[in-house]
Amino acid sequence: MDDLLQEFLTETNESLATLDVELVRFEREPSDAKILGNIFRLMHTIKGTCGFLGLPRLEAVAHAGENVLGKFRDGELDVTPGAVTLILKAIDRIRQILSAMEQTGAEPAGEDSALIAEINAMASGQAVPEMAAASLDDDGGFPVAAELLAEVAQAIEQNPTLAAPAPVIEPDVKKAEPAKANGEPAAPAAESSAAASSIRVNVDVIENLMTLISELVLTRNQLLQLQRGQKGNEFKVPLQRLSHLTSDLQDGVTRMRMQPIGNAWAKLPRIVRDLAVETRKRIELVMLGADTELDRQVLEIIKDPLTHMVRNSADHGIEPGAERLAAGKPEAGTITLKAYHESGHIFIRISDDGRGLNVEAIRRKAIANGLVTEPELATMSEQQIIQFIFRAGFSTAEKVTSVSGRGVGMDVVRTNIERIGGAIEMSSVQGQGTTFLIKIPLTLAIVSALIVEAASQRFAIPQINVIELVGVSDRSDVSIQRINNAPVLRLRDRLLPLVSLRGLLNLAEDETGAGRTSYVVVAQVGSAKFGIIVDRVFDTEEIVVKPVAPILRGTPFYAGNTILGDGSVILILDPNGIAQAARQQTADDGKSDVHAAAQDGIKDETSFLLFGTRGSELKAVPLELVARLEDLDAASIEHVGGRHVVQYRDHLMPLVPFDEFHEWPASGKQAVLVFSDHGRSMGLAVDKVVDIVRDRMAIELSSERTGLLGSAIIAGKATDIVNIGHFLTLAFTNWFDGAVEARVVAQRRALVVDDSAFFRNLIVPQLRAAQWHVTSAANGAEALRIMEADRPFDIVISDIEMPEMGGLDFAAAVRRDQRWQGLPMIALSSHANANDVQQGRAAGFDEYLSKADQPRLPENLARAMDAVTQASPWRNAS
Amino acid sequence: MFGVPVTRVQDILTPDAIAPVPGGPPEVQGLINLRGRIVTVIDLRTRLGLRHGGEERKGMCVTVENDGESYTLFVDGVGDVVTLAADTREDSPTTLDALWKDLSDGVFRVNDRLLVILDVARVLAIRSKQ
Repeated sequence: MDDLLQEFLTETNESLATLDVELVRFEREPSDAKILGNIFRLMHTIKGTCGFLGLPRLEAVAHAGENVLGKFRDGELDVTPGAVTLILKAIDRIRQILSAMEQTGAEPAGEDSALIAEINAMASGQAVPEMAAASLDDDGGFPVAAELLAEVAQAIEQNPTLAAPAPVIEPDVKKAEPAKANGEPAAPAAESSAAASSIRVNVDVIENLMTLISELVLTRNQLLQLQRGQKGNEFKVPLQRLSHLTSDLQDGVTRMRMQPIGNAWAKLPRIVRDLAVETRKRIELVMLGADTELDRQVLEIIKDPLTHMVRNSADHGIEPGAERLAAGKPEAGTITLKAYHESGHIFIRISDDGRGLNVEAIRRKAIANGLVTEPELATMSEQQIIQFIFRAGFSTAEKVTSVSGRGVGMDVVRTNIERIGGAIEMSSVQGQGTTFLIKIPLTLAIVSALIVEAASQRFAIPQINVIELVGVSDRSDVSIQRINNAPVLRLRDRLLPLVSLRGLLNLAEDETGAGRTSYVVVAQVGSAKFGIIVDRVFDTEEIVVKPVAPILRGTPFYAGNTILGDGSVILILDPNGIAQAARQQTADDGKSDVHAAAQDGIKDETSFLLFGTRGSELKAVPLELVARLEDLDAASIEHVGGRHVVQYRDHLMPLVPFDEFHEWPASGKQAVLVFSDHGRSMGLAVDKVVDIVRDRMAIELSSERTGLLGSAIIAGKATDIVNIGHFLTLAFTNWFDGAVEARVVAQRRALVVDDSAFFRNLIVPQLRAAQWHVTSAANGAEALRIMEADRPFDIVISDIEMPEMGGLDFAAAVRRDQRWQGLPMIALSSHANANDVQQGRAAGFDEYLSKADQPRLPENLARAMDAVTQASPWRNAS
Repeated sequence: MFGVPVTRVQDILTPDAIAPVPGGPPEVQGLINLRGRIVTVIDLRTRLGLRHGGEERKGMCVTVENDGESYTLFVDGVGDVVTLAADTREDSPTTLDALWKDLSDGVFRVNDRLLVILDVARVLAIRSKQ
């Protein structure tokens, strides 16, 4: 293709992108002469250049458009949405012709007279049409245009490789469109004088440079490694200098790849505008932080997901004007895009003030698509339910419009974002809108990784997934315990599930055995934490992530590979894949892989500790509640005053048998589950500890027997869930963290506020057993935040004494808010004298119960809950 | 004795340190650093279904490219580059082992011996386990 034509195509495509943005701006501010001047000039340049190059079709369309714009400028025509649509149509036509030209090098055959006639008709609608050529001939009227045209002619005469200068409005926008607009690799093109400070470089050149720099960094690291082994030789100083220079160079090139996120947004105003016209809504698009820079590669990947989400917001989120007015909102809906840097990541927030997600529709759809069963759904909160939109094949659009419902779902969006190590979160409030928060790394090229070793082989773990490192040995305070071969670590009174890297990767088993120190890398994937057991831990290193060869992509453990400073090749572990593989493995051991495969996402699951009692039945208790597992010597168990106790950590710890006919062993060991809270501990004596499994907490029916909460399907078997509260009261009559066995109430939502995690873990499952959706918070402030985000609760049960914001302040704050006037609230406290009760009621609690009266608490609470929910006129939105 | 079209060969080297890939397909012997590039080592014996004796084997690597990715075939040794007359080529005999037949692209008579030509693309078409 002709060089000149090539340049023309590139420049014109850029101009058109600018035009789109400018026109939408112009529609909103029709009085802004400056914007109009810009638009007019752009259109005029296109027309002028077409005439020069002999492209009659393009010239005719551009001319008609220019004609209308000229009338806008002279005030002869009013700017109406219809007129702007027509101009946009003309631009689209020009773009069509251009893209055909890119392929063939010549103007395609076609007929534009209908469009031109339409435009001309509008131009003449209110005023006498000017002669077609008038604007071009009457130079005096358009000095800018004439000047430009002269410039074009001059430039082309002087140097045929110089392109027609595209007038630059905002250099940023100009840089925005990468050279990919034209199919062939273009030679660096000249810019108009306004943009002389920037040059256009082919993306391939930069990519190549980046690869070279990566290699240079690796070679530098290699040299430094060699140098480290030697003492003060003459290479030291120049090597240091080289090292600094390399780092600077790396920085520079990385920055070269950076582009403002506004580039990915450039098309959005037009999309939103078209959508608004089509759906007859008024939508404002607010873009903040458009100059936030991120890696070109990352930008490419998030571009489509972003467009998709904005489109969704405009199409489904924002309601029609009338509906908005009826809901007391301003007629025009607002979609806000905001990008910002924070702690080495880019955050992009997309929020709208529309109707929010339709939870009911999602619920129906999730069941219809077989993603979840009804009982499972019953235990999920609204925020959990709306997450189903991220699942494959899920689209709630009941009516497929031309805009959405093209088969690209939020699952694709999530996959794209997670592929680059990002994360997406969503929250939605019915009637108030939906917010997405995307977190993505600044760059993909170089990450910081922790180097570990297992069976003499080194692996890298991305630092971003690592929370902490724990050294463990048989002698140290923290040690790895085994429950039916599943290793766990007691870390700060919580049991952490562990994965052995050796075991997972089938590496040689450990020969040295006892007394050896190993390390646990505590990793976080989503909200789940687990530990990876490794033999040694080395440094952290900056590594260049390279994808693994295609034939290794089926192996789930690796995120990539890299070359370390010493030249050795090392695999980068993928904590996500490891977590999944580990779950698969445990499930296989438990012969219930079908069940495990049905699980998706670790988030909704709870770890259970299974133990055996006399008889073959298994019982389960949430692992979170268990502080420690002990095998006590039978001889150490003493019998005092009708109770069994053991001297444990300088205190007497009461032991309660799970089974009342429990036979205390005369010799040997006694397995004990230790529970502690507020400095007190009790031991539950069981026959044997069997296993730890992860499963969803879905209690099926409440049990008649005391000491049991109900039963649930755990690892494919019906298992009784133990009510620890019952045994705690056997151990301590004043253990006030009461048990609640509320009567079955229809699917309603409760918020439990208590600073004791123990109490929350205790009360939440029990409320769930009584068919409540339960959300918990650690203090008043957190509770308020949850209520703000997830408003419809039917009842709030709150402790009084809590850090940050206590129950009294919390109740007062709730009552001050218009929305929550009638919300039933129950206080539950260990201090409950007349004065306390009075204060509580004054603050806004409807009922005030004492935790101390454990035996009667379930009944009292159930009665109080019934009373307050019936007495109050409160009905939440669900 | 096997032959690989010389036009497909990029490099021949004696591997230094091969980093194993635990959990990967059995044919993948590991990864090597080839002048700053990471190249996957395919154990040709395993690929051809041949038993191999000890763990520590000496051998050489023949680097080939396929679909823009570099792989290197770990072999016992490398012989000569020979030019073969087209008329000495024969289709793989029908009695040949099904696996070999799939991987071969004809047989040449070289002096008194037979030389099986390997179809590089098919040798590298290892299905990664899902």
